[in-house]
Amino acid sequence: MIEIKDLHKSYKMGSNTLHVLKGINFSVKEGELVAIMGSSGSGKSTLLNILGMLDEADSGEYTLDGVPIKNLTETKAAIYRNKFLGFIFQSFNLINYKTALENVALPLYYQKMPRKERQAKALKYLEQVGLKEWSHHLPSELSGGQKQRVAIARAMVAEPKVLLADELTGALDSKTSYEVMDLIQKINDQGNTILVVTHEPDIAQMCKRIVYLKDGVIIKDEKVEQVKASAYV
Amino acid sequence: MFSRDTWQEIFLSIRKNKMRTFLAGFTVTIGILIFVSLVGLTNGLQNTFNEAFGDDANNVFFLFPGRTSVPYKGYKSNRRIEFENSDLEDIEKNFENYVEYITPRIQRGGIVSYKEEYDNYTTRGVAPGHQEAEKTIMMKGRYINQEDVRHKTKYAVIGRLVEKDLFKDENAMGKFIDISGSVFKVIGVYQDDGGDNEERLIYIPYTTRQLIEKNNDKIDQIIIGFKPEIGYAGAMVFEGQLRNFMKDKKFISPDDQNGLFIRNVADQLQQTQQFSSIIAIVLSVFAFGTIIAGIIGISNIMVFVVKERTKEIGIRKALGATPKSVISTILLESVFITTLSGYAGMLIGVVIMNSIGNSLKEDYFITNPYIDFGLATTATIILIFFGALAGYIPARKAARIKPIVALRDE
Repeated sequence: MIEIKDLHKSYKMGSNTLHVLKGINFSVKEGELVAIMGSSGSGKSTLLNILGMLDEADSGEYTLDGVPIKNLTETKAAIYRNKFLGFIFQSFNLINYKTALENVALPLYYQKMPRKERQAKALKYLEQVGLKEWSHHLPSELSGGQKQRVAIARAMVAEPKVLLADELTGALDSKTSYEVMDLIQKINDQGNTILVVTHEPDIAQMCKRIVYLKDGVIIKDEKVEQVKASAYV
Repeated sequence: MFSRDTWQEIFLSIRKNKMRTFLAGFTVTIGILIFVSLVGLTNGLQNTFNEAFGDDANNVFFLFPGRTSVPYKGYKSNRRIEFENSDLEDIEKNFENYVEYITPRIQRGGIVSYKEEYDNYTTRGVAPGHQEAEKTIMMKGRYINQEDVRHKTKYAVIGRLVEKDLFKDENAMGKFIDISGSVFKVIGVYQDDGGDNEERLIYIPYTTRQLIEKNNDKIDQIIIGFKPEIGYAGAMVFEGQLRNFMKDKKFISPDDQNGLFIRNVADQLQQTQQFSSIIAIVLSVFAFGTIIAGIIGISNIMVFVVKERTKEIGIRKALGATPKSVISTILLESVFITTLSGYAGMLIGVVIMNSIGNSLKEDYFITNPYIDFGLATTATIILIFFGALAGYIPARKAARIKPIVALRDE
């Protein structure tokens, strides 16, 4: 599903250049649930942003579902993001003046899906994350866990190839975190490919594979025995 | 761009961001309102000028006799100059090419009565040409004509308000009034745009006036209407020649400034028109400044709006919004708001202008302020255009921001 070869990325900080990714080689198969672990500054978020086409690599190859991701125009990148990727952010990033349903339906709006169809589909995904009754509430009327579940529904609604989650439990307490991870595991069990960036070991243990990143290189890449989040819920 | 979905997005955004919408709209409404008001008031001011000076013919000279201040050809100074009937004939004969009409004016006050009603009125002894000089408009009957002058008839043409005061609801036509002891028949009633005072005058043949005053041939003033085709320059030449001719005839020294006066309406008109157009220019500058201020205001708000929405734009881009759709949503929203509020400002302004009407005429010299609809629309469109342009630049910038930058947590 994802193929990465010798990926480099550096940021200019004034006169200094900060080399964040120093040659990453890594691939993800369909249906995997991968955690990318590392302390802050290890380059894990940068890697995720490049995978998400939110940022561009300086050099290296990136192939997503057989499509080379290179020299994209803004418009092309937008279309790819919409078609291939679903994002889940630490701070949820819901649009605050739109209801849960409208937030979930937004990616479909950019696919130019008719309104009725869009709303029906969004409602279906809201139901899947257990928030059907909350569909007409604004984000400000939802709890942190509920907001993150809305965000997950939004990431899922366009049926992307890969879900990318950046510290998705970072703003949640541990009970809510496990509820969210339970949802992520269920989605993965349905066959969806998911990448989770985290610095919390217990969250990483709930994935099927952990990639350890340190100072811009992969130091360890191992399959793990998945801990079922449902045990803690 | 004009799909129902796009507009639903825009309406939602407007509904959920009332403060922002209000600020943007308010700036535009106020800008257009002030513009419409300023232009309207300018037009009102010019209306007053036109009314004040447009009532009388402007191709007219007034000749007044004075007293000499310089001895000349054996005459002492401080001699009183008088005009006579022969002066009329001489001017007409010598300046055929210039003169369109000529009329004397002999003005007297006195008690005028009809039955029990009486009041003090000014009577003017005139020739037929006077009608044109004053732009007197006949409502009933006719004006003094050449036959009246020749036969010294006791006919009077009275103003609308004279009829109203003396005759109440009666028709004055054919009735007899008493003017300072002489009986005159009313042969006409007139109106005049020059105001109430001009409608309280009574016109009689000047020869009749002279007959009453011991059959003399003296004239108070001479009014000459010159041919409009000679133009402003021609009028100036005519004035100079006329002055020399009359001074020569009345034995007034060419250096004497006081023996004879000529009031040239064309010259005065030119000055007042210059004055009113200067006022118009000043106000136009203000109006233009208002539009500029409006553009700056809407630009500021657009920059603020885009800044405020940077994160939202980042989210939308992460979800698959193309730069084009980001820009067009922001622009359509701003154009929609500026159009509606600009139109509202225009309507409010026009309604205010209409409701003012003549109420400011007495104190502020503003009559019937109005604004040309096309001009108001143009101003609104200019504001909308620059509002859109002002929105486009930051919107394009925002659409180019990498989503990762826009999404970065504060």
